[in-house]
Amino acid sequence: MSLKQISKNIYEIPKEGKMNVAGRIYASEKIMKDIEKDKTIEQVKNVATLPGIVGFSSALTDAHMGYGMCIGGVAAFDLDKGIVSPGGIGYDINCGVRILSTNIKVSDIKKNQKKIVEALYKKIPSGVGHGSPFQLKKGEMDLVLEKGANFLVGKGYGSRDDLIVEDFGCIENADASKVSPKAKQRGIGQLGTLGAGNHFLEVQEIYEIFDEKTAKVFGLKKGYATIMIHCGSRGLGHQVASDYIKLMEEKYGIKNLPDRELINAPIKSQLGQDYIKAMNCAANFAFANRHLIAYWVKEAMLEIFPKAEIKTLYDICHNIGKVEEHTVEGKKMNVLVHRKGATRSFGPGRKEIPEKYRKIGQPVLIPGSMGTASYILVGTKKAEEMTFGSTAHGAGRVMSRHSAIKGQTGAAVKKKLNAKNIEIKSGSLQSLAEEAPEAYKDVDEVVNIVDSLGLSKKVAKLKPLVVVKG
Amino acid sequence: MKKFEFLEHTADVKFQAFGKSIEKVFENSAIAMISAMTNQKIKKKIKKDLKVKGKDFESLMYNFLEEILFIMDTEAFVLGGIRKLKIDKKNFELKAELLGDSPKKYEFHLDVKAITYNEMFVREEKKNWIAQIVLDV
Repeated sequence: MSLKQISKNIYEIPKEGKMNVAGRIYASEKIMKDIEKDKTIEQVKNVATLPGIVGFSSALTDAHMGYGMCIGGVAAFDLDKGIVSPGGIGYDINCGVRILSTNIKVSDIKKNQKKIVEALYKKIPSGVGHGSPFQLKKGEMDLVLEKGANFLVGKGYGSRDDLIVEDFGCIENADASKVSPKAKQRGIGQLGTLGAGNHFLEVQEIYEIFDEKTAKVFGLKKGYATIMIHCGSRGLGHQVASDYIKLMEEKYGIKNLPDRELINAPIKSQLGQDYIKAMNCAANFAFANRHLIAYWVKEAMLEIFPKAEIKTLYDICHNIGKVEEHTVEGKKMNVLVHRKGATRSFGPGRKEIPEKYRKIGQPVLIPGSMGTASYILVGTKKAEEMTFGSTAHGAGRVMSRHSAIKGQTGAAVKKKLNAKNIEIKSGSLQSLAEEAPEAYKDVDEVVNIVDSLGLSKKVAKLKPLVVVKG
Repeated sequence: MKKFEFLEHTADVKFQAFGKSIEKVFENSAIAMISAMTNQKIKKKIKKDLKVKGKDFESLMYNFLEEILFIMDTEAFVLGGIRKLKIDKKNFELKAELLGDSPKKYEFHLDVKAITYNEMFVREEKKNWIAQIVLDV
């Protein structure tokens, strides 16, 4: 396979065969070795063959093999000639991260770690089969799907200040009639639940500030606590993806695809439009999910710290398809950007960014794996030029769950984390082994590379103090 | 004969299930999926009837496993075993009695998001049936 290094940390897969554009991989030599072990490069090439793709088919620093398109993948499509592919967005539509800033001192968190972990674990339903105490009334599901977090603010959960997030907590062009009754049924008891797998809830220490000026605008101060929520659209989003993958296979067949998993529909087609509207509904469900969890987190924390101020700092999607304006070959055009395990990283001035941050660029949240550091960065113009305004979304797996549990027991992982003064509570010990830090790439390295490439710039490093896992 | 076997996959869960009949391979695939989520033995306290259709064996398998996930999310039911599983091979229709319990009583280490067609096959090899499935987790 011809892979050309074109500058430090940038590799190109030249256009060949059926590829419509070249591929780009943003990684260090060391990370490239991990990436080359699985089918990531082949998947980048496959995506490059899809109709209407513009710019490059990209894989970011945390890339690894995924369903059809790699995780850490970015691809943009012309709205007239292009396609939309559920495999390019992922099953967990709008899986993402919300972060809350607080005026609680780390020293106060440390005095109450056990109490906090118990309170959060009790308050926020997590794991498999644990439904939400929040009951949606008949007809309200459609409002959640079309209004997102706005619906909850209207019901008295949180305030408009909590809508300072990506898309202001609601993507327009969402039509609940495009979501199957089955998907809605799966979601009905799951609003306000964390789920399982790699999803988590953390209280963190602001450990290091890299950019004081930006940190000040974001409301971050060394020695204070932040709270991070990582989850998505739960069974509802998974069902939307499954439903449309099936419908697209029935309508278009799988014969002409480079990979069955890249089944797609023209953006302009009825089915393509229906999927986009349903995907937006699932994204809104995820925004509402994280909004409600954040509301409960705040309630639980205020019981322990009655005078605390806890504010929504931002919320990002990392599995999503979005229509955005970008410059392609010198020409401004609207494209549909698929971000699969990738975070939007818009620089200063974009209208999509809440006013408070518009002059400096959007907050970018990159969670580490369980028990390791997470980062807050700021979006850049350079990302808009290089990756349709996208950056990495996390550490990225390097080891299968199967190998991870062979390596060490969940109890051993817990002990190691406790030794680092991290309090952790999970519904399952085995999930701790599956999600052990060793199963992931080094998040520090991933973040340093995206920073050095200018795909987003480091603002603050966060270290976990309290972790709740499904 | 082994009922099922998990294979290496970086991000997701991949397994093969085996059986002397197509019915058995479907049953073992469902049990494999649940065992990817929990190590505990699920009690057979509740009974549910299941009917699914497909266009071929692969889509029948997909729909069968998806229905088990759907019931888990919507009816608080986790599968512990299967009885009277029958497959109409001509029309790709499946009927079965599911036995299980409420998921709340068990410890799960993983949530299966979706069944995928990724590398999926269901076929007969030397008079034995074998199925391969990748779950998105």
